[in-house]
Formats: sequence, C-alpha cells, structure tokens
Amino acid sequence: MSGQTSQIAAEGKAPEAEKGPARQSLLSRLAQNRLSLVGAFLVAVSIFMAISAPFLPLADPNAVNTSDRLADIGAPGHLLGADELGRDILSRLFWGARITLAVALAATAIAMTVGTIMGLVSGYFLGWADTVISRVVDVLMAFPYFLLALSVIAILGPGLLNGMLAVALVNVPFFARIVRGTTLSLRESDFVLAARGMGAGHTRILFRHILMNSVSTLIVATTLNIGWMITAAAALSFLGLGVQPPTSDWGTMLASGRQYLSAAPHTSLLPGLAIFFTVLGFNLLGDGLRDALDPRMREV
Amino acid sequence: MTVHSPKAKAADMDDKTDAPLLQVRNLRTEFDTHAGVLHAVDDVSFSVDPGQVLGVVGESGSGKSVTALSIMGLIARPGRVAAGSIELAGHGDLTTKTAAEMRKIRGDVISMIFQEPMTSLNPVFRIGWQIAEALQLHRDMGRKEAMEQATDLLARVGIASPEKRVREFPHQLSGGMRQRAMIAMAMACAPQLLLADEPTTALDVTVQAQILDLMVQMQHAEGAAVILITHDMGVIAEMAQKVAVMYAGVVVEEASVGEIFDTPLHPYTQGLLASIPRGNSRGQELQAIPGLVPNLLHLPTGCRFRERCPAAHGPCAKAEPPLKAMPHGHKVRCWLHNTEVPE
Repeated sequence: MSGQTSQIAAEGKAPEAEKGPARQSLLSRLAQNRLSLVGAFLVAVSIFMAISAPFLPLADPNAVNTSDRLADIGAPGHLLGADELGRDILSRLFWGARITLAVALAATAIAMTVGTIMGLVSGYFLGWADTVISRVVDVLMAFPYFLLALSVIAILGPGLLNGMLAVALVNVPFFARIVRGTTLSLRESDFVLAARGMGAGHTRILFRHILMNSVSTLIVATTLNIGWMITAAAALSFLGLGVQPPTSDWGTMLASGRQYLSAAPHTSLLPGLAIFFTVLGFNLLGDGLRDALDPRMREV
Repeated sequence: MTVHSPKAKAADMDDKTDAPLLQVRNLRTEFDTHAGVLHAVDDVSFSVDPGQVLGVVGESGSGKSVTALSIMGLIARPGRVAAGSIELAGHGDLTTKTAAEMRKIRGDVISMIFQEPMTSLNPVFRIGWQIAEALQLHRDMGRKEAMEQATDLLARVGIASPEKRVREFPHQLSGGMRQRAMIAMAMACAPQLLLADEPTTALDVTVQAQILDLMVQMQHAEGAAVILITHDMGVIAEMAQKVAVMYAGVVVEEASVGEIFDTPLHPYTQGLLASIPRGNSRGQELQAIPGLVPNLLHLPTGCRFRERCPAAHGPCAKAEPPLKAMPHGHKVRCWLHNTEVPE
C-alpha cells in the first residue's frame, strides 16, 4: 500500500521522509475533490456509529416499551422516536450500523479474496485454468444478481451468515473480472519478465509482483463494491432472508417500519436515510479514490 | 541433477581445462502462429568462454533476443525451443532442465539485463527490496542481511548515497540509475554468465558510455562471461572480444572483434559496418542496407540475405550456404567464400 501511494507521489519532488509526502499527496489529491470529501465524511460517520454503539449511553436497542409505541422524533427519552414496539430508533440505528457494515465488509472481503485469486490464476496461467474460471464467472454473471443471491439463500436457508455468503458469492465475478484484466496486461510487463529472469517462481510473481501492482485498482473496486453490498445485505434483511430477529440491521428496521408508513413515516424513513447516505458515501469515496489513483489525472 | 548425460559429464571434465562456459549447438526456437510455424532462431551455434564477452549483432527481428531468452529458458507459449542443446559448464544441457531447476539457475548462474530500465523494475517496490529479492531467492539470507548487501551492490554500481537510494522507488531514479540498479540486481549473486539485451539502447548517449564502462568493470571484477546483444557496432567495438552477426534467425558470420572490423567477409556485416556514420563522412549520404529483414514465415529460397545483398549471384537462390570455417577462427555463411557451390 505504501508502495502504491508513493508511486502516485508527485513527480520530481524528492521526498525527505519516505512515506509522509507520498501519503499526503494521495490525501491532498483526494481532498481536492469536494464530493469525495463528503463521501469520506459520510463513511466516517457510519463507521463511527458502528464502533461507538457499545460505548455510548444509548438505550437498549431491544428493550420493548409499549407505552412509547411509534413515538415521534423528539419524544422524551427517544431523540429519534421509537418503533412499533417502542424500541429506541437512535439506539437501533447505531447498533444496526454494526450489523449492516460488518455484513457488507465481511462479504466484500470474501468476494475480494476469492475473486482476486480466481482472477490472478486465470489471467496469469491462461490455458484450461482460464477457460474453467472464466466460464464459471460467465455463468454467475448470466444470473440477475439478486436472483442468484435469493437462490443461494434458498439452498442455505436464511440467516446472517448465509445472507453474507450469498452477497459475497454474487460479487465474486466482479472482482475476478477486474483482476483478470489487470493480470493479463501485467503478465506481459517487463518487470515480470525481469522477475522471472531473476529466478522468481509463479507464486512469487503472482502474489507479489502482479498483486501489488493491482492494489490501486482493487482499492477502488472494493470501495465502490461495499456500497452495493450494503444495499444487497439490507435488501435481503428487508425480505426477512438476512438477519433474523431479535438482531436487526437497517434492512429489517426498514421492513418493520414499512407497515406504519403513513402513521409514523420516520420509523422507516430514518433507516432508509441511513442506508442511502452510507451507500452514497462509499460511492463518492470510491469515485474520488479512482480519480486520485488514476495516473492520467496526475498530470492535471 | 544427479544423473548426468555423457555430454554433460564431458562438459564437467572439460571445465577444468579451457573449455567454453556456454556451448549452444543447433538451437532452434519456434513460435506457433496462425500463419504457420515461425523459426525465430534457426540452427544457431556458438560458444562463450569463461570471462569472455561475446557480442551478438543484428537488426531488429534477427533473433538476438529470442536466442538470449532461449538460453534463460524464458521462451513462453506459443514459443518453444524445438531443437538443439545449450550446454552450461557444470550444469549440463539447459534445454533438458525442469522449470524448478531452471529457476535455481536463473539469477544465480545466469543473469539477464533487459533493454528497458524504465519498465524492468517493479514500480511499487523499493529498489533495495528488489535487489534483496534476488539475493533471498538464491542465497540463504535474512531480510536485513540482504538489504545490507543491496546497499553494498548499489554502491558498487556507482550510485551515490546508496543508503538513501535503497529506500527509494523506481520512479525516483533516472534511466541511467535504474539501469545501474538492474545491473546490481543481475550481479547480486555473482553469475558466471550475464546476458545483456541492448542494455544501453534506451539511454542517453552520455549515460550509455557510463553504463558500458560499469559493465566492463563489473565483468572484470566478477570474471563473468557476457553475451552482449546490440545493434550498435560501436558498442561491440568497445566491449566484445568475439562477435556473432545474426540475420533472420541464423548466424551469418562469427569472428574475433578485430577480424570483424578489419576483414568483414559477409556482405551483411560489411553493410552494417558501412552504415555507421563517421566524422569524415560529413556531407555524404548515409549508407544503409536496402530493404527490410524478411518475414520469417516467408523466407526467400536459398540465402536469406539474397534479396538485399549487393553481391547476390547464381548459387545464392539455389541453396542456403553453410556456416563455413575460414582462417583465423573466422566463420561465414556466404557462397562468396565457399567453393562447394551447389549445382
């Protein structure tokens, strides 16, 4: 990672401390883009919510209090109101952020790891390995995303873990395609030939020389992918196929509030906005990172 | 290799006498293309003695680089070494080695310097890391020790403030410095044979001379043999002791550097020498060999150089001349110097 950012470092200027200027230059490049700053802020807020939930003096997210049913925003004791069982929405948003983000991040990590390995192997070795992997990817991509996730759930059964696996599987082709593409071009590069000339084996070339050169592409792809993952995980929960009660994420909150849309719109609007802003944040940040890491943008 | 072929054994024993370090015999490297099989290297034989610099000259597409990559065992699909042997003293025939055995030889016993210093270093790793990688691959060496050695190597290839440079990335170095770093990488394990594929072509003229000096210096210090691939006769004059001139996949002339420059026998070699601009040729038209290297899929009948040769005559169209031994260790592939002309 430090290599990648330093590569992006401004030309000419000899950095005194090795890492500092390079890092700064990526950050300052990112900071030049207002929208990506907004994105970074939104992402930071959602991550803060997820991390701080246990430490903040929040009400018990699962404490049922029927006298506070559908309490309005600003009601005493419920800053953001309460849901149909009188549970504190603010607290549930914070705790729900943990589940939502954890599922999305874990699913992205799984999809990225599996997809990257598939992409590296197929793009580097070509031949039958490429044929097999590429056809598997084609088959996965031929399914509508959500239908594929639903069929995985149908096989594995609903639940937090299975929902995560389903969302991860759906996104494996995305990473496999991207990494295969970069691997195809990197395998022909002079430094790969030079590494082979030095006596490096396939594993070393794949997982050091080629993978480390794909990192910037992967960072962008991952950031953009997390947004989609959050939507997909929330959608599964909304359908009742993801997180199971009593645990709840933003998707289940949205689903339960839906029945009281006219009486108490905030019960579904608030988790909906939370999903919206978090996904927007990841997408803006991903776009900003793509611009900041794009060598063509360096000239500007 | 515990089991030696009789040939390899002979090479082992010869090693003690003045036998060649590398003996390439009848090497044939082919590439499968949609239009047919392309013979990039067609029956090439030569040898390199320990500590000797062999210059391989020729135009682009003459098979110089493919020859080097064949020796390194780096010919990738759809190419293959189809015939011939590459005997390395003490290691036997390289064409029979497994991939794992070749990995041990590459970078340790034989190293290669590539043409493009700008792209031959991995942009995301520090210079020191990349040199240390070569050491760690072949020597039982810890990270710290390898990094110290890398710093020493950078100092030896004439890079100023090596302690600072080992921690820099390739984009922070100039082209000349990167080629120095490449030389440091190639020399890290003190190889017996160094293949240099146009090591100075991509560099500024002033830097070229420095890099050539450095290579001579490193070669003397380590006693390594060098196969220097270039299209620049000036570089050959400076560096090489022996010269092989390649054309369209074959060696057309082989001789000591003095012989090549004083009495070039093949019309192609004569053309190459005549095309070097000289101070006293100012105002005159530059000499060039007319035409282009033929398409290797559609070689002319007979001699490959026939269509561009100013001295082409009767037998040239009938058969390809053999590489004939002449006095003073000179070899030439031309009917002008061969009386056994075919009917």
